[in-house]
Amino acid sequence: MRLYFKFVAIIVKSQMQYKASFFMTVAGQFLVSFSAFFGVYFMFDRFNEVNGFSFAEVLICFSAVLLAFSLAECFFRGFDTFPKLIRSGSLDRILLRPRSVILQVLTSTIEFSRVGRFLQAVIMLCIAVPTCGVVWTFGKVMTLLTMVIGGMAVYSALFILYAGISFFTIEGLEFMNVLTDGTREYGKYPLSIYGKGVLSFFTYVIPVALFQYYPFMYLIGRSDNVWYAFLPLICIVFILPCYAFFAFGLSRYKSTGS
Amino acid sequence: MKQYLSFFRIRFVAGLQYRAAALAGIVTQFAWGFLSVLMYKAFYESNPDAFPMEFSQLVTYLWLQQAFLALFMPWLFEQDIFDSVVSGNVAYELCRPCDTYNMWFARNAATRLSNTVLRCMPILIVTAFLPAPFRMTLPAGWLNAALFLVSMILGFLVQVSISLIIYISAFYTVSAQGIKMLSITLTEFLSGAVIPIPFFPEAVQKVFNALPFASIQNTPFLIYVGYTGGAEAAIAVALQAVWLVVIIVAGRLLIGHAMKKVVVQGG
Repeated sequence: MRLYFKFVAIIVKSQMQYKASFFMTVAGQFLVSFSAFFGVYFMFDRFNEVNGFSFAEVLICFSAVLLAFSLAECFFRGFDTFPKLIRSGSLDRILLRPRSVILQVLTSTIEFSRVGRFLQAVIMLCIAVPTCGVVWTFGKVMTLLTMVIGGMAVYSALFILYAGISFFTIEGLEFMNVLTDGTREYGKYPLSIYGKGVLSFFTYVIPVALFQYYPFMYLIGRSDNVWYAFLPLICIVFILPCYAFFAFGLSRYKSTGS
Repeated sequence: MKQYLSFFRIRFVAGLQYRAAALAGIVTQFAWGFLSVLMYKAFYESNPDAFPMEFSQLVTYLWLQQAFLALFMPWLFEQDIFDSVVSGNVAYELCRPCDTYNMWFARNAATRLSNTVLRCMPILIVTAFLPAPFRMTLPAGWLNAALFLVSMILGFLVQVSISLIIYISAFYTVSAQGIKMLSITLTEFLSGAVIPIPFFPEAVQKVFNALPFASIQNTPFLIYVGYTGGAEAAIAVALQAVWLVVIIVAGRLLIGHAMKKVVVQGG
């Protein structure tokens, strides 16, 4: 753990070398997500509601997903550049060092510029929490917390899975973007609005709905089923098969040379 | 002229080599397209009266957006141009006996076009045969089809000329990461890539339509689906042409100014 913080400190220092660019990137990130926010805002300005969900309710859902994604991305985006590590042969160098591969990949890049997205999620949450009409009991606060934690787990797992797949394809797979960036983009609305098929895909195959739709229904009082609040914890289990796949890929890894 | 054409050709042919990537891209774009259609369907069913156009028009708009994504995507930049400014290799480019602006223009245009050629046909063909709510329709009429073609070309060139401004700005800021991101966001939002411009409130629409970004994908797509037609469409196309000239002139002035004081990095 101490080693991890040491790596983090070095990365912070190196990113601060290009200060202007760093702040522009943060500002850019901030605006990028805000364009999505305004997209939602103007849609509700016109339609008032979607499937009975109000703007403030959707905002809760949106900010929980974004918060989870930005936290996972900040720490696990190192896996995003993983195909590059394989192609360039840098992975061989990592394997030679007497430290765990995961730790080294985690610390190969930490994108603090993603803090813009995080900030924006926090701001949206601040707007949504008082206006959405939820009575914030301890249980509801915990539900929101488990949503974020569960979401972080799912996105981290997907990043690891992506890295695992690239052992076999060498190239990154663009299709994985549908699962990560796609669920972030379309996850701003409760998944039920896309219909039954999409909802069950994201319940049983990729457990996005487990931290997004079900606990959200409990949170806004559409469902009395308290167990929905605990569903996000199942998402943490999703890391296991993804990690297993990554480990399997690693054990089969033959260097790409150069 | 010949040298720029050959730059164009080299890039174009190189782009055509990435067929597996294109296939993966097509699959991704189908997924995005379907999810968008489903999302708008939910809004449509919640409040059909507030919908600014026919639902089938919107579906066609969304599929056009996916099919011609590569043509208009604001995030397509050639990283090697930015890298060459940081590393100093841009000096070689500047030494070439041809105009840097035209050369970069040809490269960016070719990359976009080759990506589009690979991706657009499967999407257009498949979506034309999809069942009812997902089906893409034909253009609204012969006149609209003709105007659509002209408008597509103009919109494409406007997007390339905006990308060029970002390339040139690298001479001023060295690391272009930040400005790149800002431009991508603004272009996406103001061009109607996040939500189509007719979905904004009236007052906001007026502002957006006056900006150059509406000339990119908004104008041709709305002509295709028949949302704009007749004189209104002709004016929109004329506006595209005006913006194209203005942005190209601005880009040329910027690069001219940058060339006078360019500092080449590295050694």
